[in-house]
Order: sequence, then C-alpha cells, then structure tokens
Amino acid sequence: MKILVPIKRVVDYNVKVRPKSDETGVDLNNVKMAMNPFCEIAVEEAVRLKEAGKAEEIIAVTIGASSSQEQLRTALALGADRAILVETEVEAEPLGISKLLKSIVDKESPDLIILGKQAIDGDNNQTGQMLGALTGFSQATFASEVNLEGDSLSVTREIDGGLQTLDINLPAIVTTDLRLNEPRYASLPNIMKAKSKPLDVIPAADLGVDISPRLETIKVTLPAEREAGVIVETVDELIDKLKNEAKVIS
Amino acid sequence: MTALVVAEHNNQELKPVTLNTVTAALGLDQEVHVLIAGNACSAVAEEAAKVSGVAKVLLVESGAYENFLAENIATLVSNISGDYDYILAPTTTNGKNVMPRVAALQDVSQISDISAIESSDTFQRPIYAGNCIATVKSKDSKKIITVRNTAFDAAAASGGSAEIITLEEINDAGISKFVKEEIAESDRPELTAADVIISGGRGMQNGDNFSILEGIADKLGAAIGASRAAVDSGFVPNDYQVGQTGKIVAPDLYIAVGISGAIQHLAGMKDSKVIVAINKDEDAPIFQVADYGLVADLFEAMPELESKI
Repeated sequence: MKILVPIKRVVDYNVKVRPKSDETGVDLNNVKMAMNPFCEIAVEEAVRLKEAGKAEEIIAVTIGASSSQEQLRTALALGADRAILVETEVEAEPLGISKLLKSIVDKESPDLIILGKQAIDGDNNQTGQMLGALTGFSQATFASEVNLEGDSLSVTREIDGGLQTLDINLPAIVTTDLRLNEPRYASLPNIMKAKSKPLDVIPAADLGVDISPRLETIKVTLPAEREAGVIVETVDELIDKLKNEAKVIS
Repeated sequence: MTALVVAEHNNQELKPVTLNTVTAALGLDQEVHVLIAGNACSAVAEEAAKVSGVAKVLLVESGAYENFLAENIATLVSNISGDYDYILAPTTTNGKNVMPRVAALQDVSQISDISAIESSDTFQRPIYAGNCIATVKSKDSKKIITVRNTAFDAAAASGGSAEIITLEEINDAGISKFVKEEIAESDRPELTAADVIISGGRGMQNGDNFSILEGIADKLGAAIGASRAAVDSGFVPNDYQVGQTGKIVAPDLYIAVGISGAIQHLAGMKDSKVIVAINKDEDAPIFQVADYGLVADLFEAMPELESKI
C-alpha cells in the first residue's frame, strides 16, 4: 500500500489577511505561512495507517514555489517517507493542480490518495474531486473515519445533517474533514531526521501540463462590514429589543 | 443560453436550497432547467416543475443515482452538459462533492461558492474564510458554479409549470457503494433553513450544557448550532457547526451563546438579519457584529431568557 498525500502551503490560519491597497490580491508580505490545517489531518491519517501496518510508504507532494519545501519537510517530520515538489511560480488553480497531481499519480501509482477537503486560502474545495475525475478513481470526500482492511476501504463522511458511510474501491481518493483525527506535533528528533529524507524537485514545465489560469481575479476587497449594535444591561431589556425594536420574536 | 441547476433532494422532496440556486441561475438571464437525478423520485420532479422560473425539468431515475454517489452523478451531469452554458448546484456537501468532478471532466475551472453575480462571466466569492471577497472572471466557455444559498433569495416554490422530460442516461461506475446514512433525527428545523438559530460555543463548557439551549430553541422554533470550538472540543457533532468550514447560515435571528466570535465562525453567520451575543467576556469579538449584546454569565442569563421569552 502506497499513499500519496498532496499538501499545500498557505497563510497560517491565525493570520487575518487583508486585501492589498490596490485590490489586486491578498497582501501576503511578511505573513506567517504554514501547512494547510486540512492537509495536516491528511498527513496524520496516512501516518496512522502506516503505523497500523496497513501502508508501507507515504509520499508527500505539493505544487508551488521553492518555499513550499518547508511544508514538505514538515510532512516528512510528521512521518512521510519522501517528498516531491512540483515547482512552479504560477499560482495554479485546482484544475491545474489536479492535472499536475495526475502526472504524479501516473508515475507513482499510489493505492490511496489522502488530501485536505479544502485549502483555507482559496476555500475552493475542488482538488480531490477533480483528481478523482482525471484519474477515474473512486472518491470519499469530507471523511471523519477511514477504515482500511486489505483491499477494502470504508469511509464515513460528514454530510449535511449527519454521516454517510461508503465502501469504495482502491485506488481511491479521500479528502479529510476536521474530526478525522487530531494531528500530532513533529518532535525535534523527527524534525532533524526529516532533513535527510529524500525531497525531489520536478519543474512543473517538465510534466507537459497546461496549468494556465482560467479565472482572472478582477479585484480582492474587504467584505461589507457589519456595524456593532448596542449592549443591553439585562435579559428583560434584550427581550424588549427583540420584540419591539427588531421585531424578530413575538 | 441555458442554465442547468443540479437539484438537491432526498428522493422524496426538493431541498429548499435548490430554490436559491434557481434564483442565481435566473440572475444569469438564462433559460433554467433543473436536473432531478435519483431513484423513484418523480414526485420531486413534479415539485421542481412548479418552481417559478423553471422552464424544463430533467428526470433521471436509477438505483445508481439513489444516494448521489459522486462518480455516477458527475458522469451523468458531464454527459448531458453539452447544451448548457452554465451548470449550477448549491454549496451543500452534495454540491461540493459532485461539481468539481463534473468541472474536471469538462476541463473547466469551477467557481466555488459564489455570493454575487456581476455579469455573465464575473462573480464574487468569499476567500480566506470570508475575510476577503474576490471578484473573478471566468474565461471558460462553460461555467460550472456552486452557489452560496444565503446570498440569493429562494425562488417561489409555486407558480411554474415546467415540462418534465425523462432521460435514460444511466451511469454506474461500480467503484463505490453506499453503505448507510445516519441523519440526525430532530423535530427542529435544519440549520440552513431555520428562521431562528441559537448556537453555543466553548463557553458552554460541555455537551450536556447544550440542553440549556434546547428549551429556548423549542419556544422559538429555532435550530441549534455550534461554533467550531464547541465541535472540536467534542461537545456536539460536526453537523452542528456554523462557520466557514461548517454551515453558512443567514436566519432572521441568530443568538450566539458563549461564542467568542472567531473569524471562521463570523464567516458562517454574519449575514444573519439580527444577531444577539451573550458572553461574559465584554471584549469578545462577537460583540462587534452583534446588534444586541448582553455581557452576562450564560448559565444565569439563559434560564432567565427561557422563562421570560
């Protein structure tokens, strides 16, 4: 069993981003970067499968600039065996990213691909599903539980209103939701060890895939602000306001 | 120019979010068709045919579509997409699951979770958990879109008389199998359809304390929600979660109890008409978006609210 874990370098989730003053994009100057939280969950799940003796090899892969090597090293410190950077300065869209990932899938022939359900920058929630279409693999998105027994994969998914369980054939694509697991922190010895694990860099251009963007960002702005209202002193005053001013209860 | 709306339903009834997506489709000044893919779901097609503004309903019934498996539905939608300039679905877990697969089959870059339509090819969508709004222009000839339902009004459920056309387009990839579904049984309205929502956060301290919210929810006919912090702490299941990674809601009244107001929670509820915040920390960011704030211990304020409401 070989597991491929595509990950993404994004703005740290604690950072409140702002548009650039010329509104051409988000201001990323001097902003702390990190592995996308849903990707951390994906790495963790792969590592747990390996620790349980159900997988032999974990390959972390990312598409991005050279700086993304930092997040690949994090994945290696968390337990991935080797890493691949598909290097490009183009800010590829999920469609382009999934095409590049398809090339990596063709080379590596993984049995299972685990990735985050969405990246917290673009919030697209597309890449796993698109990779499913391009590879023809089965998919189970928004996983909260993954059970792998031999060739049989059972996944519980977070759906609107509850949970759904699917049995899917391998090779398969699983995207992670929040409750799948709680990712570990990398230990110092593992961070040191990660430095000597293999990390291949492949120029995106070598993969012969068209990743030119199809969406043009016209502008990035702040959302309409909501004005703060009033502080009421008592429950009685609150009920009075809701009844007589806002008229939302009777 | 024609738009296809991939309907959300449970084989028995049309989910209300479909109506918001129809409005978005009509906003593109298109002839709007609705796809009902499922099993033994002709009643849903009849319901969809009555939706105001819908010109045609496509009905496909097969066991392969009963549980809306992404592999089968995406192939279906892709195969019938030829005549359509726009394909839209609500940003539900089904829409999110299926539409990118359709988009990749069609070699189209999907536009996720649009919150406004600026023109036939230009849309607004929230990014970075709603901290910024991106205006994007699609260069693809076909547009594949998921729609943030709270940003569009619901189309009228009656008044239409669309023709229903039955399709015989059956695709069963045979690579995934539905095993079971556990849908939380509740007498309360669904979060995304509720007029009133009362949500608890980390300040609830544990799952048992959510019972404090139930009495008020019963009195107001409200749905119960939660912040990500409450879900992460294991107080309540994930389907309670309101926020950028949970459900996006915009009820008439949203009551946030013991919720500090993290960015990702605000992204999920700040379009509510009236927001009430009850929190003992007067500096909690939730008060900056609340119409009415009450600085109080929720364990004292909530029983009093319940008894007086």
